[in-house]
Amino acid sequence: MASFIQLLVSGLATGAIYALIAVGFTLLWQTSQTINFAQGEFVMLPAFFILAAVDLGAPFWLAALIGIALSVLILGVLFKLIIVDPMLKYGVMPLVISSIALSLFLKESAKDFYSAQAQPFPALVPPIDIHIFEAVISTQSIVVLAVAIATVAALQFLLDKTRLGRCMQATAQNPTLAIILGIPVRRMVLYAFLLNAALVAIASILISPIYLAKFTNGETLGTAAFLAAIIGGFNQVRGAILGGVILGILDNLSAAYISSQYRGAFPLMILIAVILLRPHGLLGRIEERTV
Amino acid sequence: MNRLAVAAVAIAVIGAVTAPFLLKSFGIYLISMWAVLTVAAIGLNLTLGYAGQISLAQGAFVGIGAYCVGLLTPAGVPYFVAFACAGLLCFGIGWILGYPALRVQHHYLAFVTLAFTTLVFLVLRNEEWLTNGIYGINAIPRPTLLGWSANSALNFYFFSLGMLIAISLATWWLLRSPWGRAFAALRENPIRALSLGLDTRRYTLMAFAIGSSLGGLSGALYAPLVQFIEPSSFALGLSFNLLLMVIVGGSGFFFGPFVGALIAVLLPEWMRIAQGYYLIVYAAMVMMLMAFCPSGILGLIERAIKAAAARGSPAARELSAEEAGP
Repeated sequence: MASFIQLLVSGLATGAIYALIAVGFTLLWQTSQTINFAQGEFVMLPAFFILAAVDLGAPFWLAALIGIALSVLILGVLFKLIIVDPMLKYGVMPLVISSIALSLFLKESAKDFYSAQAQPFPALVPPIDIHIFEAVISTQSIVVLAVAIATVAALQFLLDKTRLGRCMQATAQNPTLAIILGIPVRRMVLYAFLLNAALVAIASILISPIYLAKFTNGETLGTAAFLAAIIGGFNQVRGAILGGVILGILDNLSAAYISSQYRGAFPLMILIAVILLRPHGLLGRIEERTV
Repeated sequence: MNRLAVAAVAIAVIGAVTAPFLLKSFGIYLISMWAVLTVAAIGLNLTLGYAGQISLAQGAFVGIGAYCVGLLTPAGVPYFVAFACAGLLCFGIGWILGYPALRVQHHYLAFVTLAFTTLVFLVLRNEEWLTNGIYGINAIPRPTLLGWSANSALNFYFFSLGMLIAISLATWWLLRSPWGRAFAALRENPIRALSLGLDTRRYTLMAFAIGSSLGGLSGALYAPLVQFIEPSSFALGLSFNLLLMVIVGGSGFFFGPFVGALIAVLLPEWMRIAQGYYLIVYAAMVMMLMAFCPSGILGLIERAIKAAAARGSPAARELSAEEAGP
């Protein structure tokens, strides 16, 4: 029982990070039909921005802020202007290919210009083990969960309670109608890219102390985000959160209780089951096909 | 096909036949690899370029084909039987995978096939009783054809080239048949194809399964070429690579995969000076190509030829302006 609770909590913590990545992924899809195959690399990169800032002598908190700012600028603004905008007119496919190439580009750049070795990354809090009902829980897991929940709550508040957020939702649901209502749709799409960049930067700060900062991190993280988004529902923010949490817990429990060799396989089987039985995801809406 | 294209193909065939006599053994290995990967890329081009579906499973099918031959031929099964098995097995698996996966399309299919590739990798790595796990399979024999041994590098190159030509001709015939035209109709306008009475799902499934079986055949050539196979060669990286080959060459163009595979195989060699940076340059090139000409290098050439023709006659100029318009 004690080990079950431990696994559950650490699974929740990983799942919360997956959820952040998946939420960003679905935001891009909803507002601009962008499928970002480089999303995993987007999480890998901010850690290297932060490490570079620390190398230059900045204290960690300042480095983290610089990292988030650089991430918003490069992975948000520049990504939209240079990669996405010129390609939207060609439809979904070329952008998918381009983002696959971008993931290769970012991965190789991190390897060649920073380091091919895994880099230790400072944790937000010193890892102390807390004992609750015989279960040993790391403070790290708790902080990760707290930050992730706070981030998601802030995002939900922004999307549901503010005028800006409602404009963004309107843009996602029906861009044509949004334009008629006087919503600056292009700017709303840009905001979605900025939000995504901020989310991946936060996810990067949370996950790098656990996984170390490594140029190959993006492969597993990106796949986890796609899976979470599809399992939960591609067109719903709360679907992505549910998908991320399910994935994190499942990953930990199946590795411990069923087979560690095949731990990577269980999420994939769930994915195939979801696509077969509920192609729009657990919480997703059915998208109508336009002729 | 116009005269220009015929001339280009003739030059390419002469080049492919004379090239190995001018190259050292590593060069011959590279062009053999080109021939082998082109077969897989032709298969992916059927799925992607003609049926319009993004598949990230082609690398896994190459792996299945390679393991099929790598396990059967040392056990005494004749090479051509193993070769046929690889194709049939991948056709079957492609059909079974595609049947549910093609209920959903586009990006969903990309993720399902991505999941499939990872699953195949896990099975190849973990089922040591069958695949020998991470240690891989060694010393895969090369085939002998009616007493002619394809054991030397040069002979194996001609063997792969022969197979490539045979498979290309078969694909050419397929694309000219009513089936091939149905594939193109699916890509251009699936809803219209459906309303004209095409069973779109069945044809998409067919294109996917045939494309997968070509992946298997490519793997069946890959195993005796490299003579050593291990799971990580067939991980997601290979699928991405094959996808980029088809796109860079020009998806939907018959000769696109030939050009794309040539670039993907030769580029690392041309760019020896750039060392580790070549992948960065390659990725940047792909992004630029997508931004300016998503139809790939052959699309770029086609555009250039049209522009040149347009300068010749005013009527053609109007025509190409109309095409470029919307």
